[in-house]
Amino acid sequence: MNIVVCIKQVPDTTEIKINPTTGTLIREGVPSIINPDDKAGLELALSLKDSFNAHVTVITMGPPQAEDVLREAYAMGVDRAILLTDRKFAGADTLATSYALASALRKMEFDLLITGRQAIDGDTAQVGPQIAEHLDLPQVSYLEHLEFDGKNTFTVKRRIEDGYEMLQVDGPCVVTVLSGAYKPRYMSVRGIVEAFPKTVEVWGFEQIDVEEARLGLKGSPTRVHKAFSRGVKAPGQLYEVDATEAAGIILSKLKEKFII
Amino acid sequence: MEKLEYKGVFVFVEQRKGIVQKVSLELIGKARDLADALNEKVYAILLGSKIADKAQTLIAHGVDVVVYADAIELNDYLTEPYTQAVCHVVNEYKPSILMLGATTIGRDLGPRLSARLKTGLTADCTKLEISEEKELLMTRPAFGGNLMATIVCKEHRPQMSTVRAGVMHKLPADNSRKGEVIEVKIPFNKDKFRVKLLSSVKEKSAMVDISEAKILISCGRGMANEEGLKVIDDLAKTLNAQVSASRAVVDAGLVPHDRQVGQTGKTVRPDLYFAVGISGAIQHLAGMEESDFIVAINKDKTAPIFQVADLGIVGDAKQIVKQLNDRLIG
Repeated sequence: MNIVVCIKQVPDTTEIKINPTTGTLIREGVPSIINPDDKAGLELALSLKDSFNAHVTVITMGPPQAEDVLREAYAMGVDRAILLTDRKFAGADTLATSYALASALRKMEFDLLITGRQAIDGDTAQVGPQIAEHLDLPQVSYLEHLEFDGKNTFTVKRRIEDGYEMLQVDGPCVVTVLSGAYKPRYMSVRGIVEAFPKTVEVWGFEQIDVEEARLGLKGSPTRVHKAFSRGVKAPGQLYEVDATEAAGIILSKLKEKFII
Repeated sequence: MEKLEYKGVFVFVEQRKGIVQKVSLELIGKARDLADALNEKVYAILLGSKIADKAQTLIAHGVDVVVYADAIELNDYLTEPYTQAVCHVVNEYKPSILMLGATTIGRDLGPRLSARLKTGLTADCTKLEISEEKELLMTRPAFGGNLMATIVCKEHRPQMSTVRAGVMHKLPADNSRKGEVIEVKIPFNKDKFRVKLLSSVKEKSAMVDISEAKILISCGRGMANEEGLKVIDDLAKTLNAQVSASRAVVDAGLVPHDRQVGQTGKTVRPDLYFAVGISGAIQHLAGMEESDFIVAINKDKTAPIFQVADLGIVGDAKQIVKQLNDRLIG
């Protein structure tokens, strides 16, 4: 059984702070991590490796420093790591990103392709399903649990707003995994040591079969028209008083506003 | 692509077990604005089996033309049949704009459609407007809500966007509104139906939708213990309010996920929002700052929640909530 996992290196957005006077992002010192949903997907792949002796390949698209997340994946136990990097891929929206990744994936054989549901720097949840469409594969998104019958059939629990669905699909297929679905294992000391000499394959434009016009900024139907920090609303009144007085203030405010 | 051939603001209407979802009516409300600004019509794409009777509701909420497909293959949502159906309608009608709810259905279907139609899709928009050049300006949060970005899709059609529930406003129903209802037959390619739905299970905690609550009492890390939750529950009962929570409290397993407010939870805008023991990470603020009146109680006076609160109280949240409840009952 062959599994490919798509992962992304992202800034830890929970560590991003806003400069309160200028309203701009403070990016310095923000650590880069494996996107949480992807890391859960990686754990799903490794658990299938444990039970079914699956071969696990991990691929990421990004700048050269994205190699770090591949090293981390090696230390967790994957068998092969590919870095898809080229200036021609830069500035891509989700459609151009998924097209480049799908083109690389076309060069591999797999029974199961795993992505995270969404990345915390964009929260779009688009790249997984778009890859599935480019490759003409069935998809199940919002995966919370997966059972494999040991042959070629997957039973997937898909989390939805008011409950869940059980779905059945044969490989090859694409699933997108929720971060809460699988708790990622830690890198082992042995894994970290062994990860060092392992080769990260670097693929660029020349290694995959793609139309250049569909890549990067040029190949992206959507463009950022403008970016801005969210407007800061004028704060209301702030009181530092004891509990009794505080309760009184809240009560009178709510009455004044006709809320109660 | 001949852009000018593409006309009309289309809303993919989400129905689950025959019930039109609130988010779809909200999108129709927004579509009405956009269509009026463009001097075009609002279309609804209604898919399902035995759903034709829902058309009048959609018209009453602002739709001009309902395009519906009635087929057993569309009874439950599955990616491929729905993608084929919507693609068929898009290819026949050539919409300028196509909107979907940012739900587990819309976020599964939207990207699949965008890749098949080879057009752009902007996720989780919080603002949609028409530019002077008659293009759709789609504004959405990025970097976990730390930045806002306005996105355009200049050369491709339809311009697609998803919008979360609770962000747009539905119009009051006007049952005297008239509209057109058109049935389409979808030429399905069933060879591509490769995912089978075995079962669909509703869970008990599903009964509340915090995005519909008028009053929310939201519990943060500072109240995330049994005693803290109890006083919050008591106040919620007194005010006939719902309890919601920040991500930390949900992650700790104290409150179910469907009550989470914020970037990875729900967007809410109740009449009254109590942030109790919530420091106000940007991800949380993104989900609640549009509330009409915000009361924040926190022991740390530098907590960012006070930046968006209309009324801020620095103090012992548990004592204050308890006192408030006593006064309300008394």
